[in-house]
Amino acid sequence: MNKVANTEAQRMNFWERLYIPEIARGLGLTFIEMFKPRVTRQYPEVRWEPQGSYRGRPVLVNEDDGERCVACGLCSRVCPALAIEVQASETDRIKERYPVKFEINMLRCIFCGFCEEVCPEEAIVMSKEYDIVFQTTDEAILGKENLLKPVSELQDRLEFLRQWK
Amino acid sequence: MPHVVIDGKTFEAEPNKTIIEVAFENGLDIPHFCWHPELSVSGNCRMCLVEVGMPKRMPDGSFEKDNDGKNLIGFMPKLQIACATGISDGMHVRTKSEVVVNAQESVMEFILINHPLDCPICDEAGQCKLQEYSFIHANGESRFDDVKNHKDKRVSWGPNVLFDGERCITCSRCIRFTNEVAKQPVLTFVQRGDKVTIKTFEGTELDSPYSMNVIDICPVGALTSKDFRFKSRVWDMSFNDSICPGCSRGCNIKIGVRNNEILRLEPKANPFVNKFWMCDYGRLTQFQNTNVNRISEPRITFEGNQKSSTWQEALSVANQKISAINSKQIMILGSPFATNEDNFILSLFAKKVLKTENLDFFRYEDNLFCDDKLRTIDRTPNSAGAFAVGVSPGSHHVNIDNLVTKIKTGEITALYTIDDSLDRFPELVSVLDELELFVIHAQNESVVTQKANIVFPASTFAEVEGTFTNFENRVQHFMPAVITAENLRFMGMKMSRLDKFGADNDRWTQHDLRRSRQHWRILQQLANMMNAGWSFTSSEEIFNTIVEHNDQFKSMSYELLDEFQGLKCMKASNPEAKKRIYQSHYMKPN
Ligand code: SF4
Ligand code: SF4
Ligand code: SF4
Ligand code: SF4
Ligand code: FES
Repeated sequence: MNKVANTEAQRMNFWERLYIPEIARGLGLTFIEMFKPRVTRQYPEVRWEPQGSYRGRPVLVNEDDGERCVACGLCSRVCPALAIEVQASETDRIKERYPVKFEINMLRCIFCGFCEEVCPEEAIVMSKEYDIVFQTTDEAILGKENLLKPVSELQDRLEFLRQWK
Repeated sequence: MPHVVIDGKTFEAEPNKTIIEVAFENGLDIPHFCWHPELSVSGNCRMCLVEVGMPKRMPDGSFEKDNDGKNLIGFMPKLQIACATGISDGMHVRTKSEVVVNAQESVMEFILINHPLDCPICDEAGQCKLQEYSFIHANGESRFDDVKNHKDKRVSWGPNVLFDGERCITCSRCIRFTNEVAKQPVLTFVQRGDKVTIKTFEGTELDSPYSMNVIDICPVGALTSKDFRFKSRVWDMSFNDSICPGCSRGCNIKIGVRNNEILRLEPKANPFVNKFWMCDYGRLTQFQNTNVNRISEPRITFEGNQKSSTWQEALSVANQKISAINSKQIMILGSPFATNEDNFILSLFAKKVLKTENLDFFRYEDNLFCDDKLRTIDRTPNSAGAFAVGVSPGSHHVNIDNLVTKIKTGEITALYTIDDSLDRFPELVSVLDELELFVIHAQNESVVTQKANIVFPASTFAEVEGTFTNFENRVQHFMPAVITAENLRFMGMKMSRLDKFGADNDRWTQHDLRRSRQHWRILQQLANMMNAGWSFTSSEEIFNTIVEHNDQFKSMSYELLDEFQGLKCMKASNPEAKKRIYQSHYMKPN
C-alpha cells in the first residue's frame, strides 16, 4: 500500500491543535499591522499614477497639426483581438493618408500593446488610463474623438518607448 | 531541341527562348522586376542576374572533362541577365549560387537607396513585388545614410492613374505596356541616373481604355488607381474569381470585397481570353450595380398601390396572376446578363410550365464600344449562352422584333422578364403601361421597375455561381464574391480575415445582408407552385442537366471549366492545352 495520509489535522503540532494560542498569534499580527505605514488608498479620490511602462488603454498621439496616424492599418492587422478598425482617406498634407475613421473596441482589446509595437509612425501608444468603464457595448467602441490625446500628455510613454522599444 | 541545364536540372527548350522564359515554363522562378511575359524585354532592372556558362572545349573541339568524366563548365566571369540572354544547346545556368545571391542583394540595395519606403501610406503594400523581394532576396541592410532623392508625388497621368515618382523603380513595364499593348505611346523616361523619372509627353495623357492595367503590372506602388486609392488594405479584402459582365469577351477577374461591399475589380490572367488585362470601363463600372441602387425586397404594385411584401406573398400573387393569363398572351424574356443556368431554367419555365414559346431575349450591341483589343460589339456577357440553352422563340411565336407591336395590338398582355436593363429600349418602355401584368426580376431600381406589377429582387453576377458563354463560345465558370441571405454559407467562397472572425456586434460587419435571390431559384419556386416538381439545389446540378441534354455543352463540368480556364462549346472533350499562368506579384492575399 502506498497510501500516505497527510491531512491538515495530521500536520498540525500539539500547540496548533490547542487553538487558543493560534488565535492570540493571529490577533497579534493584526495589532502589529496597525502601526505599519498604509499601502491601500481611497480610490477613486486618491488615484494611482502608473509609470511610463504601464500598458493602459491604447490612444492616438495628436500633434499640433493633427494626428500622426497615417491609417496604414498595421495595428488593425496585428491586433490579435481584432479590436481596431481603420478607414483611410486622402489628405493634402505631405503624408497623403489619414484615418477618417479609427475605432478601438475596448471590449475586444486585451492590452497586449502589439498595436503600439507595430506602428511605423509611433502614432498609437499605450496610455496610463486603466479605469475603462462602459454601460453599453456601443459605448465601448471608441472613435477618434476619444482616442486622440495631445502628445504632451503622453511624454512618459514616448520616452519609455524610445529607451526600451 | 536545345537542352539547358538550370541549377543542375536539364530542360528541353524551344530555340530562341530566353533563360527566364525556359525557367518560367519549367516552374522555376528567377527574381525579376522588368520582365513580363506579355511585354518586350527591356533588361533594365538587373534583378534577374544569373551565372551562365558553356562546356569547355579542348583545342581539338572535344569537351574538356574533369576527373569523373563530366564536362567542365566555363562560367562567364560576369553575370548575365536571364531575361535577355538567349539559350543555346548545352548552356548551364546557376540561379542560386553565392555570386548570384550577392548580386541580387546588391541590386535590391541599389533599388532601395532612393525608394521612399513609405509602405504605410502606399496602396501596393501587401501585394508589392518589392516588398516580396525585400523579404526573399535582400539582406535587409542598407549602407546608404545620405538624403534620399525627392521626386514628384501624386502626379496625374490621366483620368484613372496616379503616379508617384519616388516609388518608381524605373522598370519601364508601364511604358512598354502603353506602347505595345494599349498602343498609346504617351510615356517616357526623362532625366538620367538617380534623377530618372517618367513623364507623359507634353499635351498628352494616359487615357487609353486600358490605362489601369499599368497599375496591376507596376511591381511597386508607383501607380495607383484614383478610384480605389486608400479605400482598403488588400489584406482586409477577399478576392473571389469571377467573369466581367461588361461585354462578351468575358475577361477573367477577381472581385475585391470588404465588408460585403465590392471595392475593386482586377484582372485575373487567362491566356485564352484576356491574357493579363481588362478594360477600364469593365473595371470601374461593373461592380457599381452590385453595391448601390439595389432592390432589396419583393414589391407588388397593382392599381397604383405599391407595397413591399414577403417572398411568399409575392410568389403566390405572381402564381395567381400568371395562371389567369392565356399562355398565348404571355411573353417571356431571358437575359444576356444572366447565367446559362438562369436562362436554361427560364426556358424550361416557359416551355414546360407555361407551355409557351413566346420566349426571346434582347441583345445589346454597340459598335462604338468595340475595339481591336478586348472589347467586343456585344455588351452583354452571355448572349451566346442564353441562345444556346434555349432562350429563343418558336417559329411564328412572338419575338423581340414584333414584341412592341404585339403589345400595342393587345396580343401580348403579360411580360415576364429576368432582364432588368430594358431601359435601353425606350420603345419598349413606352408600351409597358399597356400590359396587364408585368413581372420582373430586377437587381437595380430603374424606370422599368417602377412600371412593374411584381418585382423580385435578383442577385447580381457577383452574388451567384454560374457560367457565362463568351462570344467565342467559351464557357466560363464563376463563383459568388458577395454574400446574400441566400448564399450565406456558400462552400468554397473565399473570405477575408474580417469576414472570418467578425462578430455580430462589430461595426465592421454591419453591412446589409440583401435578401435578393438568384433567378433560377425564384423561377423554381414559382414553377413548383405551378406543380413543376423541380428540385435543383445548386447551379452545378442545373449545369449538369444542361450538359446532359445539350450537345453544345457536351463533356463539360464545373471542375473541368475551372481546370482548363473555360471550355469551348462543342470542343470540350478536346480542350486547348493548359498553360502555365504567370503571376507577377504572388504574395497576394488569398
Ligand atoms: S499602425 Fe499606427 S499609423 Fe498605422 S493605422 Fe495604426 S496607428 Fe495609424
Ligand atoms: S493593445 Fe493589443 S488588443 Fe488592444 S488594440 Fe492594441 S493590439 Fe489590439
Ligand atoms: S511606374 Fe511602375 S511600372 Fe512604371 S517604370 Fe515605375 S515601377 Fe515600373
Ligand atoms: S473587355 Fe469586356 S469583359 Fe473585358 S473588362 Fe472590358 S467590359 Fe469587361
Ligand atoms: S528582369 Fe531581367 S533585367 Fe529586369
